[in-house]
Amino acid sequence: MSKVRVLVGTRKGAFILTSDGKRESWNVSGPHFSGWEVYHLKGSPVDPNRLYASQSSAWSGQVIQRSNDGGDTWAPVGNKFVYEGVAGTHQWYDGTPHPWEFKRVWHLEPSLTDPDTVYAGVEDAAFFKSTDGGQNWQELPGLRGHGSGPRWQPGAGGMCLHTIMPDPTNPDRIFIAISAAGAFRTDDSGQTWQPINKGLYSQYIPEPTADVGHCVHHMAFHKSRPNVLFMQKHWDVMRSDDAGDSWHEVSGNLPTDFGFVIDVNSNEPDTIYVVPIKSDAEHFPPEGKLRVYRSRTGGNEWEALTNGLPQSNCYVNVFRDAMAVDSLDKCGVYFGTTGGQVYASSDAGDNWAPIVRDLPAVLSVEVQTLE
Amino acid sequence: MIRVYLPGHLRTLANINGEVEIEIQGPVTQRSVLDALELRYPALQGTIRDHVSGKRRSFLRFFACQEDLSHESPDAPLPDAVVSGAEPFLVVGAIAGG
Repeated sequence: MSKVRVLVGTRKGAFILTSDGKRESWNVSGPHFSGWEVYHLKGSPVDPNRLYASQSSAWSGQVIQRSNDGGDTWAPVGNKFVYEGVAGTHQWYDGTPHPWEFKRVWHLEPSLTDPDTVYAGVEDAAFFKSTDGGQNWQELPGLRGHGSGPRWQPGAGGMCLHTIMPDPTNPDRIFIAISAAGAFRTDDSGQTWQPINKGLYSQYIPEPTADVGHCVHHMAFHKSRPNVLFMQKHWDVMRSDDAGDSWHEVSGNLPTDFGFVIDVNSNEPDTIYVVPIKSDAEHFPPEGKLRVYRSRTGGNEWEALTNGLPQSNCYVNVFRDAMAVDSLDKCGVYFGTTGGQVYASSDAGDNWAPIVRDLPAVLSVEVQTLE
Repeated sequence: MIRVYLPGHLRTLANINGEVEIEIQGPVTQRSVLDALELRYPALQGTIRDHVSGKRRSFLRFFACQEDLSHESPDAPLPDAVVSGAEPFLVVGAIAGG
């Protein structure tokens, strides 16, 4: 019987939640790396017991942890992230040049084909790769060096490369997203990159349709259809049908099109999920009601999913990497909140229940479906 | 024998119980002590001093003999009491967060 393993990164450690395929009863393991921020952890698609975790603190910087047994035991690997060549400058909040400074790893993306190869998206935004299980890290400098880097600017959460999506049908193609630079694509395994932001409109930048400067919060695709991309931008839910060459808005009837997470049902490529959040200042759900919105039409037409979610006095946020789906039938959907709840639905969003209620603020949620 | 005391989160990271005792050949300085410490416990590399600049992380402090040595030169000799092992060299997490 299938099993599900949910990997949860929080402000004060990592937690691993496991269940059988029914997804009714859960075992909670943790905290791992107690007291440290764990921005992200994720398992290898080809060796599910190989996990990588990004552990960091303001006191002691960055640590990368690796597990070879599904998270039962961990060992630190390499934590040296050094920009290639002259690091240069990007824009600071006030528009002045600011030196590139490594702060932390936001996202780890294991390769689709090799458990020892893993990508890291870091703050200040850059793209790193390890081919030896995380022991050594090399920047692929073509991203920062493609020309627009000096114009990138941090969002309120920092200038982070938070989304990495290798194309399962094209080993040379990877999509990434940066706050607040936008989305980018490589078609040569990370050597060169191009901005893919045509169609985005952002009122908070001087030129709303600029090629870079957009605060992309998250992106997602269905693995069978990687040319169709979905994006939750600072404002606006967007869709591209041509691998990012152009975008159009699909916010439709959402109560607010601000938010952080977006994900795609593993069985239905046109079924997508977002969690609307009220404005860019009030980072909580509209009306104090925690609602996941589901579109079964690839956007524009949305329905509120509320069964089992708090519908009064709820003022949590759901961070950009804190939603994931399993690959069971029906699709399981999971998300974590800044209030420390991890909610799960085993029926594609119709009904929800908390797996745990009182973790530290949740930074990321990933799911592994195990045979 | 130099005695080094680390904050709890670094002891956990490096699987250290209690103090670390380090033998130093040559001058006993912040740099030589931390170099020897990181050689024995590679997991500590980059967690006390920045990988690139080599400087102390700003939220960590270095204390010994009731003195704050954080702003001393990394190549300045440590106090005799640290060199003799009578007093430990303390790596301390700065108070933050209330």
